[in-house]
Amino acid sequence: MAEATAKPAGAEILSVSDLQAWYGESHILHGVNFNVKAGEVVTLLGRNGAGKTTTLKSVMGIIGKRTGSIRFNGQDITRASSDRIARLGIAFCPEERGIFASLDVRENLLLPPIVRSGGLSLDQIFDLFPNLKERLNSQGTKLSGGEQQMLAIARILRTGARFLMLDEPTEGLAPVIIQQIGHTIARLKSEGFTILLVEQNFRFASTVADRYYIVEHGKVIDGFANSELSANMDKLHTYLGV
Amino acid sequence: MQALYAQLLVGLINGSFYALLSLGLAVIFGMLNIINFAHGALYMMGAFCAYFLLNIAGIGYWPALIIAPIAVGIFGMILERTMLQWLAGLDHLYGLLLTFGLALIIQGIFQNYFGSSGLPYAIPSELQGGMNLGFMFLPIYRGWVVVFSLVVCLATWFLIEKTRLGANLRAATENPTLVRAFGINVPRMITLTYGLGVGLAALAGVLSAPINQVRPLMGADLIIVVFAVVVIGGMGSIMGSIITGFALGVIEGLTKYFYPEASNTVVFVLMVLVLLLKPAGLTGRAA
Repeated sequence: MAEATAKPAGAEILSVSDLQAWYGESHILHGVNFNVKAGEVVTLLGRNGAGKTTTLKSVMGIIGKRTGSIRFNGQDITRASSDRIARLGIAFCPEERGIFASLDVRENLLLPPIVRSGGLSLDQIFDLFPNLKERLNSQGTKLSGGEQQMLAIARILRTGARFLMLDEPTEGLAPVIIQQIGHTIARLKSEGFTILLVEQNFRFASTVADRYYIVEHGKVIDGFANSELSANMDKLHTYLGV
Repeated sequence: MQALYAQLLVGLINGSFYALLSLGLAVIFGMLNIINFAHGALYMMGAFCAYFLLNIAGIGYWPALIIAPIAVGIFGMILERTMLQWLAGLDHLYGLLLTFGLALIIQGIFQNYFGSSGLPYAIPSELQGGMNLGFMFLPIYRGWVVVFSLVVCLATWFLIEKTRLGANLRAATENPTLVRAFGINVPRMITLTYGLGVGLAALAGVLSAPINQVRPLMGADLIIVVFAVVVIGGMGSIMGSIITGFALGVIEGLTKYFYPEASNTVVFVLMVLVLLLKPAGLTGRAA
């Protein structure tokens, strides 16, 4: 908590410039530029395969080959290993949720180590996600899709990381669950978390985001604030093909 | 009847070694995805380590039971850091060839200095003698080996299935990339896991030294059966490898009593049957 309040609001927490990344031989990111300021919810929008997930994974250090510059709190993390990046206070919730089948819900929840103080306590987590409390002894993958998504978010809130990267948290979920996740993100924001979100569900993103970046063909091609949303609607429809 | 019990005991003892060795193989396979053919050579190194401790440093059986697994475990971790880690993500065949080659080199070096005959290692004085159980005579050392192996196997199972550390290990077996992205140093965990598996093999080596003597090829003979045990039990299941290890030892013992001609082949016949009926092994997850 002290970490977050010490940061002046609006200070740049993450800045990515000319990020290029490769999966084996295929060149996925061709120079991505964007930044995230303290306390913001920033959303990367774009079509399937545009490079949104690869951007998150590159920041997290789990894409083998990456060049350019990624700075987190002023520190260069372009070449850092993912365990070191996590210990600097970045937490990642992957698109496929990554719930472990061989672990029960409690073990899944307690798996990510505490990287700094100020994380949510288990009571606060159960307050956010009451369902999880009742399912603590179930096998992780026996949960419903919505519960798995909540577990995937819940377990990174314990760690004390104040910068969260959520990859399509609403994918495949029922509207009522999407709403609950929206409330959760809003509440996390009000508590000072900084969130980088990847979304296909633009309607959902518009309920939580401060700013948007449009990713296409491995590049950020546009960006605007939520207040400029209505002025940009036409462009957005063309970008996303909706 | 006496002979039947005697063979059952022999079966349980062999089963103890099968269980300790196949448990180590299962742990290593789960985490490193490597079929560790060097396991028999490392088991032999455990026995030799106990022999050296006694004959060079005058350190006896009890300290050796702790020192040898740690020393051989460290040797294993060096192998992992310098060689095995580079095989991550490659086909199983590379790991198999590398560890098989390592086994040949290690066994060759020991054979060069110690020949092929056995070196004696005495039963510790506390465990000498035997007990008359009424229905059979139980040599105390053999009883100790069975009980102690069982305790070590169950402790290892508990560590992996019931503790926080074990949860990290199971998670890293499933999805090492994500576990690392949570801030856990997975490469270090892999090295320690290999050390643990190797340590279990070395421990089995120390336990076997007073029974089977210390020979450079003691592991080479045993490991073939152990791999059959692993195939029957199913790669990667902890409890499965423990139960299968003990069970096959007993089945082998019973075969020695009822149909001795088949005692050396019964494990392999069972392996063929299991492969035909349940290719993933009795407790294994399908690959």
